[in-house]
Amino acid sequence: MSIMTQDEAKTILDKVVALSTADQCTARLQGSIDGNIRFALNNVSTSGVVSDTSLAVDVAFGKRVGTATINEFSDAALARVVKRAEDLAKLAPENPEFMPAVDKQTYRPSNTFVEATAAITPAQRAAIAQASIEPCKAQNLIAAGFLTDNQSFVAFANSNGNFGYQRASDMNYTCTVRTADGQGSGWVGRSLQDISDFNAASDVNIAMRKAAASVEAQALEPGKYTVILEPAAAAGLISFMGNFFGARQADEGRSFLSKAGGGNKIGDQVYDPRVNLYSDPWDPDVPVLPWDGDGLPRERMALVENGRIANLNYSRFWAQKQGKTAMGQPGNLIMSGGTKSTSDLVRETERGILVTRTWYIRMVDPQTVLLTGLTRDGTFYIENGQLKYPLKNFRFNESPVIMLNNIDELGRPVRVGEGLTMMIPPMRLRDFTFTSLSDAV
Amino acid sequence: MLPGFRAIAAEQLVETVEIAVKKRLADAAMSAATTAGASYCDVRIGRYMRQFVVTREANVQGVTNTESSGVGIRVIADGAWGFAATNDMSAEAVAASARLATDIAKANARNQTTPVQLAPTPSLGEVSWRTPIRRNGMEVEIQEKVDLLLGVNAAATGAGASFVNSSLFLVNEQKYFASTDGSYIDQDVHRIFAPFTVTAIDRSTGKFRTRDGLSTPMGMGYEYLDGDAAHKSTAPNGVVSYGKSYDMREDAIAAAVQAREKLTATSVRPGQYDLVLDPNHLGLTIHESVGHPLELDRVLGYEANFAGTSFATLDKREQRFQYGSEIVNLIADKTEVGSLGAVGYDDEGVQTKAWPLIENGKLVDYQATRDQAHILGKTESDGCSYADSWSSVQFQRMPNVSLQPGKVPMSVADMIAGVDNGIYILGRGSFSIDQQRYNAQFGGTLFYEIKNGQITQPLEDVAYQMRTPEFWNACSAICDERDYRSWGSFNDGKGQPSQSSAVSHGSPTTRFDGINVINTARSLG
Repeated sequence: MSIMTQDEAKTILDKVVALSTADQCTARLQGSIDGNIRFALNNVSTSGVVSDTSLAVDVAFGKRVGTATINEFSDAALARVVKRAEDLAKLAPENPEFMPAVDKQTYRPSNTFVEATAAITPAQRAAIAQASIEPCKAQNLIAAGFLTDNQSFVAFANSNGNFGYQRASDMNYTCTVRTADGQGSGWVGRSLQDISDFNAASDVNIAMRKAAASVEAQALEPGKYTVILEPAAAAGLISFMGNFFGARQADEGRSFLSKAGGGNKIGDQVYDPRVNLYSDPWDPDVPVLPWDGDGLPRERMALVENGRIANLNYSRFWAQKQGKTAMGQPGNLIMSGGTKSTSDLVRETERGILVTRTWYIRMVDPQTVLLTGLTRDGTFYIENGQLKYPLKNFRFNESPVIMLNNIDELGRPVRVGEGLTMMIPPMRLRDFTFTSLSDAV
Repeated sequence: MLPGFRAIAAEQLVETVEIAVKKRLADAAMSAATTAGASYCDVRIGRYMRQFVVTREANVQGVTNTESSGVGIRVIADGAWGFAATNDMSAEAVAASARLATDIAKANARNQTTPVQLAPTPSLGEVSWRTPIRRNGMEVEIQEKVDLLLGVNAAATGAGASFVNSSLFLVNEQKYFASTDGSYIDQDVHRIFAPFTVTAIDRSTGKFRTRDGLSTPMGMGYEYLDGDAAHKSTAPNGVVSYGKSYDMREDAIAAAVQAREKLTATSVRPGQYDLVLDPNHLGLTIHESVGHPLELDRVLGYEANFAGTSFATLDKREQRFQYGSEIVNLIADKTEVGSLGAVGYDDEGVQTKAWPLIENGKLVDYQATRDQAHILGKTESDGCSYADSWSSVQFQRMPNVSLQPGKVPMSVADMIAGVDNGIYILGRGSFSIDQQRYNAQFGGTLFYEIKNGQITQPLEDVAYQMRTPEFWNACSAICDERDYRSWGSFNDGKGQPSQSSAVSHGSPTTRFDGINVINTARSLG
């Protein structure tokens, strides 16, 4: 029952909306099947499947809101959950920022579901783990990794006659390979919608090569360097910055997108003119649901165009207060780039540092989005287009806003999927700020 | 809302399940598992309740009550672990899950090279434990909580805050554990957290600064919010910190004033400073640089793909590695009253205890579960097993790890009086550490310059960078037990899929000499 058909879901949702005596009612059904396999020290450590389906009912009496959730769907259970939500709403304080349920909408479906990913079996998961472990064992390397796969559905209906239903699936794989003496470490990550496109044996090879090549790392004095950030390395900083595109924060004066004297930076040149950031629910590489959490339709929305702030994210409340039209909150983040791969960028670099991955990134100063974090699992010195030798890891203190003003070249975007689903290019940047060395391998 | 949790009415938060019902379910599971071929079985019947009240300025943004109930069954069969969980609390469903866990264990056994080796633990019979609370937060009316938070917000706004966000989080874990070792353990665990953030804005310059509350999550009831003045500590410059009782309104007023002060504070000159670290700040540094590196699963490599490994390898224990200076003594403790990690028994039925990790600066021990104890040559578990839900498999989690008070009488004022060129840091700030726990960088909430034994002015843009062993070996003074206070992490993540746990770290105010401080101010042009 975890994954319902559209008809099954609509039958339940219609009953719930009809049962409610509140001024407004929104019912949301979601179900998922999440599979995973984890391995470490060249052995499978845990593996499991979690199935879950739940119904959430939001009701409102005036500006008093109540929410209740249940995972039974009998008529009696539906009546119970509606009553519980209504009881909670009657006791709740008024929310002055209450927004009514959205009107009836038309959604253009996006291709979020792939049958092959949904059909994964425990045997396939075990085979992926073995395909990762066996070549490592053969070369006296040690693999630790994690595969997650997911299929899900979301359906909702409200008392304004709105309805939506869609299925989704995806998979994420990461593998860290270390040398037996602990002196080398490499990593690979792959985020895909279609598991048919996944080849663990070839991917693990990337991590194995980096592990072997990172032994006997040399120390380089911290400072400002030309770097090539692989997409996974850049994504850590850019996704962090993406959390601060809220219009309300900017208008309230507590964001890097606030203006001295008041107002926000929409229209201002904040980045290098080659920076273009947008979201698009129908992007073929990173499709997401065509609606946001409130049921507002998502659109293709530019956040940064040619380095200028094109839009900020307005909640429905803030849009109304500021006289703006609310758009669906973005579900993905896409950064445009060029056509070159990471290897192409390395080949064209006279001197620089290749960063495989960034780690433990935290905000140091929200005023400038100064972030700190570390390099990890494959940091190399580049000279005359070649990886010359491995480097000890660095701590960086860098703002992605400053970083995206120091662009040398952007490569071809690839899908990066830990957390927010993104398309991020590899990038060569000038004057990236490393502030100390780390002994960690 | 967290996955797996359902919203419930407030009055349901105080309901409990009969012990006899839980025992019958546990027996059904254990019987099914052993019949199916399991050599060991443990059953966790959990009811996990949370309440969140979230506000900003004069608005209540949300009141949410959630519950998640179900049964998690772990077995050993053919020498391998298997786990299955169900939210169907019928005897039939629980027995079916026990059989599934046994099947999974047998499947896992086929590729396992070394059988699981469990350290023995005594059969405890039927026992129970409860967090020693005076007032159950779940029984306090919502209106009282809303009035508290809106009062805090009004006080902060009245004192000059541009914005204020405040929240209240209550957790109650009703956990029943049973195992084929003959233990039936009923526990009722409570935690509370009341954070806020005050923001001050200078519209003309566009500058903004925040000041978070100086509270800490605690393993206490609603009495934590009584604001008992006996638990206050006042620094030589008048900054007030809190121990086992918190005055949220008083702290919010101070926060509004200090957030505004931060807008014009002197930007720090980078260089080497002697740092005087308040317990509300040092707790996080202990957590990252001592708590995590001494988790045995990290040391062994089980977390290599996510959280990382550890520099504190097993050979360092054999060599009595000089982790810190000789005055540094850090203990692991699952029993400290009021702490987040305190329970009577861990999630594999082991009675909890305290034990040394660093003695006179030397590394002496790690944190282990039943299946890890033998690796350290131990005959009993340290009681470090925890699962964040009935549906999560239990694994090794950090106990409270705390720095022991100095043996020489010393107050905070005494300590500051001895510093020529230093910075006094209070409260949690930015934090980041590498995957083997060597290189770390920490910010803070409040920073004050110390010159020639006097606190001279507030500072801003401060962060210190450290290498763990050098940092702890630079520890030159620790205040005595009168200044011992706790800091806690309410949501510490670990594992894949990630699980959250709560843990406290106690210490007195402590001095570290010659630490590298950087300036974090940047300009976006």
